[in-house]
Amino acid sequence: MFQYILKRLLQGIPLLLIVSLTLFLLMMKVGDPIATMGGRSVTRPADRERLTRQLGLDKPLLVQYLYWLIGNDWTQVDSDGDGVPDKNGNRLGILRGDFGTSLVTKRPVTELIGERIPNTLILMVASEVVTVAFALILGIYSALRQYSTLDNILTALLFIGYSMPIFFVSLMSMYIFAVLFKQWGLPYLPTVGMFDPQVGKTFSQVLWHMVLPVMSLSVIYFAGYSRYIRSTMLEVMNQDYVRTAKSKGLPRRQVVYIHALKNASLPIVTLVGLDLPFLLGGAVVTERIFAWPGMGRLFLDHLSRADVSVVMGIMMMVAVAVVVFQIITDVFYAWLDPRIRYD
Amino acid sequence: MTVPSLSIPQPADDLATPPLTLRQLGWLRFRRHKMALFGGVLLILLLVFSFGGAFVYTEKYANFNDTSRRLQAPSAEHPFGTDPIGRDILARTIYGGQISLFIGFVAVLIETVLGILVGALAGYYGGALDAILMRFTEALLIIPTIFLLLVMAKFFAGNIPEIHIGGRTFSGSVIVIIVIIGATSWMYLARIVRAEFLSLKESEFILAARATGTSNSEIIFFHILPNTFAPVIVSSTLSVANAILAEAYISFLGLGVQQPTATWGICWIPR
Repeated sequence: MFQYILKRLLQGIPLLLIVSLTLFLLMMKVGDPIATMGGRSVTRPADRERLTRQLGLDKPLLVQYLYWLIGNDWTQVDSDGDGVPDKNGNRLGILRGDFGTSLVTKRPVTELIGERIPNTLILMVASEVVTVAFALILGIYSALRQYSTLDNILTALLFIGYSMPIFFVSLMSMYIFAVLFKQWGLPYLPTVGMFDPQVGKTFSQVLWHMVLPVMSLSVIYFAGYSRYIRSTMLEVMNQDYVRTAKSKGLPRRQVVYIHALKNASLPIVTLVGLDLPFLLGGAVVTERIFAWPGMGRLFLDHLSRADVSVVMGIMMMVAVAVVVFQIITDVFYAWLDPRIRYD
Repeated sequence: MTVPSLSIPQPADDLATPPLTLRQLGWLRFRRHKMALFGGVLLILLLVFSFGGAFVYTEKYANFNDTSRRLQAPSAEHPFGTDPIGRDILARTIYGGQISLFIGFVAVLIETVLGILVGALAGYYGGALDAILMRFTEALLIIPTIFLLLVMAKFFAGNIPEIHIGGRTFSGSVIVIIVIIGATSWMYLARIVRAEFLSLKESEFILAARATGTSNSEIIFFHILPNTFAPVIVSSTLSVANAILAEAYISFLGLGVQQPTATWGICWIPR
């Protein structure tokens, strides 16, 4: 098993290198980071030239990539922008844990991402938990009463939820639960931000502000999960061992939750495991609509200003997480189902 | 030369009904499937709505804004109401539908061609080519699609010329969006096609084709490819919906199709 994990990790390295190179080359063309630096005033040509040299943007693409990857403390860089390399660089490169500095805020990328990660995780983990919990209840119910009236109605409703773009769900829920509820004099939900600045970032505030985004996210992802759980449960319920359990007179509850669900949980675990790392990226659209200060918004804000190191940092972090979670899922799968061997 | 009419006696019931052609069989099966019929009717209605609607409203009217009638509720004059700068939303939904459906179908066409090419080459030739292509496919798969879409949208943004087709003017961003949606969604299809190729290339009929000296490209495109159509069609059909949604997402974030060209995604931007 250890050898298998090591092998998979080694296989992941070239993969991540390809990813980073592809993304880096794409990122180089997304815009001019210096153009937005002066704010409203126009950057003077002389300053532009100096900044370009100082930031190393005049170097060939592959050299810039190399600096980003392994740092530039081993070579002379032009620190005052006069066209003559004068002292060693101070970047360590992403391989040594240095994600670089944001061109916009001049702060280390790790710090920027570190601020946003908890916010995104709160939102995404909550919606994942809500989604999976409801999907389990509904999927099992639908599987046990296949083609019943309620099953058909739920299937139709889920399909509608599945086909709606998330911004429609978000805006509709904002309209109903904030605008209309306020008109009707009911307690209404907040629509933007993470907490009320006048109250501060308290637990109840964050929880209260989370309701709408979590609900919108769950409506969208709910359908896929519950359909999947329904079909796996159906498959398991037709197995011989379930029939045996039934025929030897076990209570229905025990048959469903102990015998069937335990075996059906295998593919469900895989699905959840493979989806988890993508939570890190957050829901770009949802965070934008609800003004949630998470990774998705960080990504959008810095992408629009061509801030290479921040955008690359976010994407590489998600990519690494995906690779690691794929391995974890496979290992976990083998642990759940001893028939699977990877040697 | 005359053929004697009393040749081989045929069993009587064989001729009672003429055999059904492939098309008739397909139609019979399609008609019997309620969901398929429902979906087909819905698709036709959508096409009638967005292309037939063009006879009711002109495109000029769809892009015409009058700020004195902004944000109106639905009325007889504007059945869907008006948007924040006073354009008729029904007319924009009609023209937006044309573009959205166009984006959906063409993006999937690109996706399918790319997916089949990569999958077929990797699956058929194997070896180093397979390793390179598949590593690249996996590399693209581990970046969340929305990030990839946004970065590529930004990559191609810039000075995009307007394009004129059939006397109408579109923002060139429509083409850009089609290309990037196609370029970021082919990975799953490539893997499906590759898996099919891996198993099919070992079958007897391919051996027979090879023995008769058929060229590689002919084996790939005429012998193996037609046998992979079933999963390819399923995957492509689902992709059309995804492509339309993807367009809506990036347009919503302001990096997609540019105004005043309408799409179903742009209709949402409060601007």
